[in-house]
Amino acid sequence: MRRLTFWLILGTAIALIGLWAGCGGGGNSNEILIGEYSAMTGTTATFGQSTHRGLMMAVDECNAAGGVLGKKIRLLTEDTQSKPEEAATAVTKLITRDGVKAVIGEVSSSRSLAAAPICQANGIPMVSNASTNPEVTKKGDYIFRVCYIDPFQGEVMARFAYNTLGIRKAAILKDIKNDYSIGLAQYFEETFVKLGGQVVATQAYSEGDIDFKAQLTALKSAEPEAVIVPGYYTEAALIVKQARELNMTIPFIGGDGWDSAKLVEIGGQAMNNTFFSTAYTADDPDSIVQNFVTKYTSRYNEKPDAFAALGYDAGLILFDAVRRAGSTDGPALRDALKTTRDVRGVTGSITIDADRNARKPIVIIAVVDGKMTYKETIQP
Amino acid sequence: MSELLQQIINGVSMGSIYALIALGYTMVYGILRFINFAHGDVFMIGAFVGFFVAPLMVPLVGGSGLAAAVIIMLVSMAACALLGVTIEKLAYRPLRSRPKLTVLITAIGVSLFLEYGGQLVFGPDPKPFPALIPSTMIVNSSFLVLSSNSLVVIGTALGLMLLLRYIVFHTRMGTAMRAVSFDHRAASLMGINIDSVISFTFALGSALAAAAAILYGSIYPSINPLMGLFPGLKAFVAAVLGGIGNLYVAVIGGLIIGLLETLVTGYISPIYRDAISFAVLILILLFRPSGILGRHEAEKV
Amino acid sequence: MKQHRSKVYLLLALVAAGILSKFETSISPYYFQIIIYIGINVILASSLNLINGFAGQFSLGHAGFMALGAYTSAVITSSLHLTPGSAASYPMFAAALIAGGLVASIFGLLVGIPSLRLKGDYLAITTLGLGEIIRVIIQSLDFLGAARGFTGIAKLADFFWVYAVVAVVIFTIANLVRSTYGKGFLAVRDDEIAAEAVGVDATRYKIVAFITGAFFAGIAGGLYAHFVTYINPSQFGFLRSFEIIVMVVVGGMGNIAGVILAAAVLTILPEALRAVAQYRMVLYAFLLIVIMISRPQGLFGAKLDWGRLWRWIGRRPSPPAEGKA
Repeated sequence: MRRLTFWLILGTAIALIGLWAGCGGGGNSNEILIGEYSAMTGTTATFGQSTHRGLMMAVDECNAAGGVLGKKIRLLTEDTQSKPEEAATAVTKLITRDGVKAVIGEVSSSRSLAAAPICQANGIPMVSNASTNPEVTKKGDYIFRVCYIDPFQGEVMARFAYNTLGIRKAAILKDIKNDYSIGLAQYFEETFVKLGGQVVATQAYSEGDIDFKAQLTALKSAEPEAVIVPGYYTEAALIVKQARELNMTIPFIGGDGWDSAKLVEIGGQAMNNTFFSTAYTADDPDSIVQNFVTKYTSRYNEKPDAFAALGYDAGLILFDAVRRAGSTDGPALRDALKTTRDVRGVTGSITIDADRNARKPIVIIAVVDGKMTYKETIQP
Repeated sequence: MSELLQQIINGVSMGSIYALIALGYTMVYGILRFINFAHGDVFMIGAFVGFFVAPLMVPLVGGSGLAAAVIIMLVSMAACALLGVTIEKLAYRPLRSRPKLTVLITAIGVSLFLEYGGQLVFGPDPKPFPALIPSTMIVNSSFLVLSSNSLVVIGTALGLMLLLRYIVFHTRMGTAMRAVSFDHRAASLMGINIDSVISFTFALGSALAAAAAILYGSIYPSINPLMGLFPGLKAFVAAVLGGIGNLYVAVIGGLIIGLLETLVTGYISPIYRDAISFAVLILILLFRPSGILGRHEAEKV
Repeated sequence: MKQHRSKVYLLLALVAAGILSKFETSISPYYFQIIIYIGINVILASSLNLINGFAGQFSLGHAGFMALGAYTSAVITSSLHLTPGSAASYPMFAAALIAGGLVASIFGLLVGIPSLRLKGDYLAITTLGLGEIIRVIIQSLDFLGAARGFTGIAKLADFFWVYAVVAVVIFTIANLVRSTYGKGFLAVRDDEIAAEAVGVDATRYKIVAFITGAFFAGIAGGLYAHFVTYINPSQFGFLRSFEIIVMVVVGGMGNIAGVILAAAVLTILPEALRAVAQYRMVLYAFLLIVIMISRPQGLFGAKLDWGRLWRWIGRRPSPPAEGKA
């Protein structure tokens, strides 16, 4: 019984610390509060932590350079546990209790879709770092993003496959649990068929799977000239590795979900003859990119992936808008974000279009001899 | 025809991994009549022990090769055996006389603790597992591919199962385990130390999970803190499908699930893969409530 | 007499929910959101308590019922284009919620049938499997948005709706199990064979428990969908079922008040742990293990009622009653 009392006291203490620690919000007049909701734990924590690190870099660099409007940026980060309803709670807390002036997040479109209506209703601008579903920014005029939308990337992948690689018969292997993957596959197929190509087989897998031999064996018998895998690197590396074991030497093509050093760490030489489209390459000689890669690598002891780069750019775009708006007032900030033109970020020169989506060049990376190498840039 | 043969080979190699994990579930269930939901996460820890031990092997025995693979597997098995015993002592033993549901919730708590703890300690990103078993092609033609990997998995799984069979049926401890699984109270009256038998069972089951994890990591070289969730669930289904508590049929259950999933993925639609293995499970349980080969236990009044 | 009094309580609770909902704009939207989640979780946990705690059937598929209710009601309100606040929205929303509950209870019947043949762990894995099958089927249906999720659901659920359902659930379950008829649930749970021997129709009780439990889980799903306004199959996986069952066990199986309290505590706990960010889920899991070991019969035991709870809070506690092994 005494033990129970002890634990109850401990639990209450933790609860109280939690409640009061969070109540410090509001910030003082020398700070601009920015909220971030991110998958720090749960199934997609690997992406959420990457974007968080990238954003931290942007915040610290901005503050080191004196902040914006003479104030320091203070970032409040809330975990979404990779769940949509947690995203809604986190964003409500950030806006109504902490009083943040803008919100950044999330990687997953499903979480952004749950949070966007709340930001819109409260008139707080939201910049999504990596939600590619077109629906997200349709939630209202306060919702922006710095990544591509699925239709644009799907189209680029199809053009690259048809024109550059000369593929006429393609097969698709998509992640059935992932809206990003389904969207990309759909838009790839639309463009590819329009160009005159043919999708000879479609197979699916689920996020978290590790064995893809059944799907690959089925795809193989349809004799495609290339396989499109519009998923995340976590599965893509294993897919390609197993395909090579099944004697499938044809090219594999992916999207920006593939962009991580882990892709070749896991896949090794098997990844040769694969291509993916992405927002940035660590090989880009541009000084902004190299500065980011060097600093990130020394700080976190690993190379930044595309998610880290997008996290960084989401911060960059937002701070730029605050600077131009001259205030952190919701409508002013929204209008400034809308007029973002040619802001040079790690993922290229970013312009926000009329649909509040980012327009920026797309980079094709080829894996050659177990290394990611820059292949070409496609302008929007 | 060649596609079907290929799918069957794929299914059997997947199934033997499920079988190895299912053995751990079944052993614990046989002794304690309780589903150790954290078993899949012990499996995950086994993979991470292998991941961290592997680089240490380089100065010792030169990185890869059979010696390194065996040492890594043994270290990982020992670490997981210790973990399994610790979990049982701290979390399950105090609740042994309590309703099964209470222990089950505790097991879920342990499972979440290991998963989120793993994300905290190891980081949530996938880690590349070193290639311990060199993969060479045994049959490599345009219509059929068979790599040494599949054979190593099937062979090792078979070897471990034979070892387990020896332990359970030909050692004093194994006899004690069987006695405890029949009747706790009678076994303790015969002078068997129930606590040490249960500890031993957890050690054995967890060590098997670690061995499975090393094999698994060698074939699917991407490990992360949540990797135990799905194989754990599938292996659990396999154990129930065969008739939980029986070592042989756990293996059969594993193979059935592996084959079924592969064939459904290849011929119907991968969307229904998870649903169909559960659907078959439900149908089998409805007609044979103790599993395919499970003995029917008369209800005690 | 007792029946009569509880009807008065129900009426009072409904009126209170109506009055309190007028003040929902005056509290912080963040706290309001947590209060709504508490209400939804109370409905889910109480309805599962009927199946697990009272009828003693080990069900791990509650998230599946919730998904059915959420999707059914969302499809109905979306096709009717209901706007929050309009006169038509109230009866239509109620109808949509009930439709969701009915679809869920049809599946509850389907799940109830295996429970006639299966027990304990086997039933657990079967219900878990059925829950997963429901999720996979929704995921493969394109008109429900498949993996992309169902967007643009009107925000119809408010404080009144959620807490009115909370009151109805508690009323229904409390009356069901306290009635002479309801004693049969406990008889089936405690000793099925003995219950059958004295003429209790165990089959019927199990089925009633599953149908009623699933009905309210479906309604909770409908409320959830119309509060979050976005649903996605991955929100209804087996981890969600685990969360609900944890509430039931921590509250004490078959203890109505305890389960309500546990649902509230376990909804607040992760929020309260927000300050420790990445550590919070580890802490949550750790606290869960500690609670189970130190209070295996649930935080509030099997028989503790509100009155005893107050006394328990108020004075030095007496040794706990030994739980049933």
